[in-house]
Amino acid sequence: MSHPGGLAHDEPWPYLWTMNFGPQHPATHTTLRLVLKLDGERVVDAMPDIGFLHSGFEKLGEHLDYNQYVTVTDRMNYVSPMANNVAWHLAVEKLLGIETPPRCQSIRVIVAELARISDHLLCLGAMGLDTGAFTHFIYAFNPREQISDIFEALCGARFTNSYTRVGGLMYDASPNAIEMIRDFLKQLPKTLSDMERLMNRNRIFVDRMKGVGVLSKAEAINRGCSGPIARASGVTRDLRKNEPYLNYRDFDFNVCCAEGGDCYARYLVRLAEIRESLKIIHQAVENLPAGPVNVVGTGPFFGEKTFFANQSRSENTDLSPSASRVILPDKKAVFSTIEGLISHFELVMANRGFRTPCEEIYCATEAPNGELGFYIVGDGGPRAYRARCRPPSFVHFALFPHLIRGHTIGDVVAVLGSLNIIAAELDR
Amino acid sequence: MAVTDVTGRGEAGPATIVELPEGVAVTKLDELVSWCRKNSLWPMPFATACCGIELMATGASRHDLARFGAEVFRFSPRQCDLMIVAGRVVMKMLPVLQRIWQQMPEPKWCISMGACASTGGVFDTYSVVQGIDRFLPVDVYTPGCPPRPEQLIQSIIDLQEKIQREGTLFCREFDAPSRQQPPMALRERGRGIRD
Amino acid sequence: MMDSRVIQQLQTAFPNLTASEFRGQTRVVAPVESIHEVLETLKEKFAFDLLVDITCVDYLYYPDAEDRFGLVYLLANAETGRRITVRCFVNDTDPTVPSVVGLWKGANWLEREVWDMFGVRFDGHPDLRRILLPEEFTAHPLRKDYPLQGRGERHNFPVITRAEG
Repeated sequence: MSHPGGLAHDEPWPYLWTMNFGPQHPATHTTLRLVLKLDGERVVDAMPDIGFLHSGFEKLGEHLDYNQYVTVTDRMNYVSPMANNVAWHLAVEKLLGIETPPRCQSIRVIVAELARISDHLLCLGAMGLDTGAFTHFIYAFNPREQISDIFEALCGARFTNSYTRVGGLMYDASPNAIEMIRDFLKQLPKTLSDMERLMNRNRIFVDRMKGVGVLSKAEAINRGCSGPIARASGVTRDLRKNEPYLNYRDFDFNVCCAEGGDCYARYLVRLAEIRESLKIIHQAVENLPAGPVNVVGTGPFFGEKTFFANQSRSENTDLSPSASRVILPDKKAVFSTIEGLISHFELVMANRGFRTPCEEIYCATEAPNGELGFYIVGDGGPRAYRARCRPPSFVHFALFPHLIRGHTIGDVVAVLGSLNIIAAELDR
Repeated sequence: MAVTDVTGRGEAGPATIVELPEGVAVTKLDELVSWCRKNSLWPMPFATACCGIELMATGASRHDLARFGAEVFRFSPRQCDLMIVAGRVVMKMLPVLQRIWQQMPEPKWCISMGACASTGGVFDTYSVVQGIDRFLPVDVYTPGCPPRPEQLIQSIIDLQEKIQREGTLFCREFDAPSRQQPPMALRERGRGIRD
Repeated sequence: MMDSRVIQQLQTAFPNLTASEFRGQTRVVAPVESIHEVLETLKEKFAFDLLVDITCVDYLYYPDAEDRFGLVYLLANAETGRRITVRCFVNDTDPTVPSVVGLWKGANWLEREVWDMFGVRFDGHPDLRRILLPEEFTAHPLRKDYPLQGRGERHNFPVITRAEG
C-alpha cells in the first residue's frame, strides 16, 4: 500500500471498494471500527480505528488509591474481571514487597482460573455465533452463569467482583462457595464435550476457521503476542510456567500449544486451556490450605534501600515500620472498638493510607487473553503515580490487518472472534 | 358485557347503558395502540462495555427476555424502537450514538442501562460523557454497575407501563413541551379529555 | 543479580549506561541518543526478542525528578522468563525518541499510544497519528498538567431532543 496509514478514502485506485465496519456492529462484539478495502470480496487491506471506549483508566489510576482502583480494573476486561483484580493487586504487592498467605494465593488461583474459563467460554461461544451456530453460544452461556453464581457466593457481586485487596482478599471463601465450585467442576466437562461434539468436526465451522488468519511463530514474537494467540502459533510462553506467580508452581498442568496459527488452532488452544484450568482448580480446591487470607503483622517492607538509576532520588528514611499495615481491620473491630476505627480511618481517609516506596515495578500475569501486566510507579503516597496497564487486546488487535489481508470479507468476523478483542481493555 | 359511558356528556338524565355482544371490548384507540406497542418492543442493543455482557445474559437462556415480549434484538437501528444504551459512552462514541438514535423510526424509547450511561459512573474522566441524557432523551434509567439481568427486565416492564400510561396514537407525548400541554381550559376539565 | 553478565557486556559496549535492580527486576537507563542501539543489541545479541510494552511516565510532580518524561521499554525472551527494562529520559519542547518499529512491528501501536497520551514524538515511525482520542483533540491527557476531568471536551456536543428526533 502506498499509504500505510491513510484512511481508505484517500485510496487512489478506483476499483477498490471501501467498506466501513463498526463501530457499532454486533459482530465486532465491542466498539471498534474497521475500514476495509475490498477488491470484490477479497480484503486488500484493513485499517482499524480504535478509541471508541477510551475512558481514561490510566489517568483514573493516578487519582484512586491502591484499593479503590481495583473496582476500575473490573471494568477493564469485563469478561473476566477476577483475573484483572488478581493482576492489579499482585503488582501492588510486588511494589510493596508483600507475600500473601498460602490460602489467599490458592483462592486467587481458583478465581483467576474460573475467570479464564468464563473468558474462554464467551470467546468460544461468540466464535460459534459469528460463524452461524447460535446454539453453541447458548451452550457456552450456561456455565458462565454458574461461574457468576460462584463469584456471587464468594464476594456478593456476580459480575464486577473487586474481590482482591492489598495483601489479601475481601472475604474468605465460604464452605458453600467451595461446594459450588466442586459442583461446577463436575458439570463443566459434560458441557465441554457437548460443545466439542457440536463444533470440532462441524464442516461449516472448520471450513471457515481452518487456514484463516494464519500467524507464524516469528511474526507472533515480533508483534509481541502472548497468551492463547501466541501459543496457537507455537510459542510455548506461559507466564504461569515461565515466571510462576502465586502458587502456580505447586500445580500440575500442561501448557496448551498448537502449530497451525490459524483461527481453528486458536479455537482448539482455548478449548484445551479450559480443561487445564479445570485441572488446576481441582487441585487447588482439594488442597486448599487453612489459615488466614490476609497478611498478618507484616514487617517493615521498606528495609531495602530504594534506588533509582540516573535520578538522585531522596531515600525514604522517614517511613516508620507502623506504616506497614496495609490490611483494612476487621469490620467487627471497626464498629466496636476505637482502635479498630482509628486504624480503619488511617487507611481509608484521603490524606492517610499506607506509604509506598518511590519505585517502579512491572508485574505480569497470564490473563485469559495473554500477558496482562501493570507498570506501577509509586511516589511514597497512597496513590500510584502512574498505573500503566499492558493490555493484551491492544497488542493483539494491532495484528488484525496482517491476519486478514487476502482473505474474504466473511473471514473478518472469524478472525475478530478468534482474537477475542475486549474493547474496554483495548482502549482503556 | 356492559360498558357504562361515564364521560358525563348528557348532563340531564341517567348515563346511557350500552349492551355489547360477546367478544367485543371498547377502549380508546390510544390505549389499544400503546398496548400493541408495549408488547412488541424491538430493542437495539447499543452495548459498549460491561453492561453489554449483562445485556447478553438477559437475552440468553437463564433470564430469557422473550417472556416479556422484548427479545427480538435487531442490530439495525432502522428496525428497532427501543435503544438500550449499555455501558459508558465516550467522546468518540457519542456522535455515533446520536446518529444511530436518529436513524431509528418513531416512536422510539431509550433505556440508559447502568451507572456509566446514566451519569458517567466511576469514570469521571476527561473522555467519558457524564450521562447520555445530556445529549439524548432517555425514558428509563437502570441503576447498577452493571445492573443484574433482573433489574434490566424490571426497567423494560417499567417502560412498558410508561408506554401504556402515556402513549398516544400520533405520539403527541414526544412533542416539544410547549405543544405537549393542552390549553388551560381543556386541562381543567380532567382526565381523558386531552385528546 | 540475574543478568549481571548481560549488564557487564552491555556496559562495555555502551559506557554511559547505568543499571539497577528492584525486586528481581533488572533495569538499565540509556541516554536517548543510544537507546535504539541498546535495544537493537539486546534484541540481536542477548535474545530479548519479545517487546512486551512501551510506555511513558510524566515525572512533572515526582519528588526529586530531573527529567520530565521517562520512556519505558519492557523486553523479554519468548522462551525463558528473562526480562529486562530499558529506560531513557527526554524533556519538554518536543520530546523525541527514535522509533523501534523497525525492530519490532508490535511497537507501532504502542508508540502511537505514547504519542497520543504524552505527546512524545517517535522519529521514524511510519504512521504517527492519534490512536485512542479523536484526531481533533488538542491535549495529551496523561501528562500531569492535564486535569482528570479534562477541559470541557466531554461536554462539547450538540443536544438532540425528542422533537428533533
